[in-house]
Amino acid sequence: MDERIPGWLITLTASVSLFIMVFLIYFLLQEGIPTLREVSLKELLLGFDWYPTEEPPALGMAPLIVGSMTVTLLSAVMAVPFSFLIAIFLSEVAPSWFREILKPALELLGFLPSIVLGFLGMVVLAPWLQERFDLLSGLNLFNASLLMGAMIVPIVASLAEESLQAVPRELRDACYALGATRWETIRKVVLPAALPGLLSASLLGIMRGLGETMVVLMAAGGAALVPISIFDPVRPLTSAIAAEMGETPVGSAHYHALFFAGLLLLTMTLGINLISMWIEKKGKERWMA
Amino acid sequence: MKKSAIALALAATLSLVGSAFAGDLVIKGSTTVLPIAQSAAEKFMESNSDVAITVSGGGSGNGIKAIIDGTTDVANASRFIKNKEVKAAVENGTYPVPFAVAMDALIPVVHPSNQIKDLSIEQLKKIYKGEITNWKEVGGSDARIAVVGRDTSSGTYEVWESKIMNKDRVTQRALVVASNGAMVQTVAKNKLAIGYIGLGYLDKSVNALTVGGVEGTVKSVLDGDYPVSRYLYMFTKGWPTGDTLKFINFVLSDAGQEIVGNTGYIPLR
Repeated sequence: MDERIPGWLITLTASVSLFIMVFLIYFLLQEGIPTLREVSLKELLLGFDWYPTEEPPALGMAPLIVGSMTVTLLSAVMAVPFSFLIAIFLSEVAPSWFREILKPALELLGFLPSIVLGFLGMVVLAPWLQERFDLLSGLNLFNASLLMGAMIVPIVASLAEESLQAVPRELRDACYALGATRWETIRKVVLPAALPGLLSASLLGIMRGLGETMVVLMAAGGAALVPISIFDPVRPLTSAIAAEMGETPVGSAHYHALFFAGLLLLTMTLGINLISMWIEKKGKERWMA
Repeated sequence: MKKSAIALALAATLSLVGSAFAGDLVIKGSTTVLPIAQSAAEKFMESNSDVAITVSGGGSGNGIKAIIDGTTDVANASRFIKNKEVKAAVENGTYPVPFAVAMDALIPVVHPSNQIKDLSIEQLKKIYKGEITNWKEVGGSDARIAVVGRDTSSGTYEVWESKIMNKDRVTQRALVVASNGAMVQTVAKNKLAIGYIGLGYLDKSVNALTVGGVEGTVKSVLDGDYPVSRYLYMFTKGWPTGDTLKFINFVLSDAGQEIVGNTGYIPLR
């Protein structure tokens, strides 16, 4: 009897959280789909004018979608290689006492509230960028990506370090036994073996960036524009939702469009998640065989 | 002591009857008017301890929608009601009544190092349309203009659009910030920037421009000389009675208008 209680408890909590998740998705669909009654899917996804409060509203989300993607990709391009270097250093090079200190510190950094970064971007980084590169404004794609990169480095580095650690000792030993140097071992054995883990670590970081709101709201400049240069301002989906939802009449076309933007974000993160799961599965097949 | 006992009893009763009676008076709407409504409600409840007031934001559109649906007693709005909304209200059998409770002025601001002191409405419009892109074209130094605007959903944007843009779109290249505070920060940190803020947010970190030679002050706004100003409203569901009437009267009284002044807006007298 009493042995069954923990089982029940787990089932109960699991089903409650599952129910909440399903409810959330249902709610997003219910509030997001009605926008298609007023605007066509084509106009929503491919329209370039975002003037949602006009009569009738212009609800072209292409600049917002492109904004989300460019900020996320640029931040990943800047952050991922750096994260990998940190991970390699921590896992393969640093003495263990140093690792014991640095790893928790890195994980702590991952909890830095993003609004702090956003504020730094607005007050310190933006004026500096503007002066340094003679820009129209320091609030732009580059600024936001830099901050977002700083935000995802701890996450990606920490996960990547774990997947490097998970590479079996035997592989390294075998490599050393063949007379390889440490660098050769890292490059030819450890990295390829950990590749699926490294990739899924980067994808998790990218997902975090895609959903991040505060940094882009404060530092990306907020213009609903398809960027041509990395110093153009952008307005990602998340910052559009955050900035506009507060003053949007419930039930209006604009309101439903913002929920649709949320749905788009969910779809994008879901896509990345599926890719990451697929990579992990492939990796397992390759190395377990 | 007695007061807290009453409050406790009130809280107990409220928790018993549930949310249906949570507050005798419900106020919703514009985040611009919110500070006025909040301080007014606090002061009002001090002398009318039998009235419980619930104040929340959500935007002018939401407030007016709540009046139409009958889910609020007072709707704060930083704009006048639209024809469409009046029609919807009448169809629902409610008659929104507007009360102007304060005025607000939008002030164009630039970086303190900028030598421009005045812009006409026409110049402001061209700058925000993206037709004028260099400070030199309006008599400044040869430098590009960084146009900073507000989110299209904000009441502040709506006033700027109706008073300055007059049916034209603000350029997509304009930077967009989410609040008056962010606007001050952005303009104060950018030598090329121009932006606009509510009068109450003006401080030394930015330079206020005059519009067509008129300085935005409490006096010029009240005289009607300053062109970029607006009334802030409270709408009631039908002609107010009972506690709603008492509250509206309080906001319009000397004490209420003093609160308006203290929150950074312009009292009506």
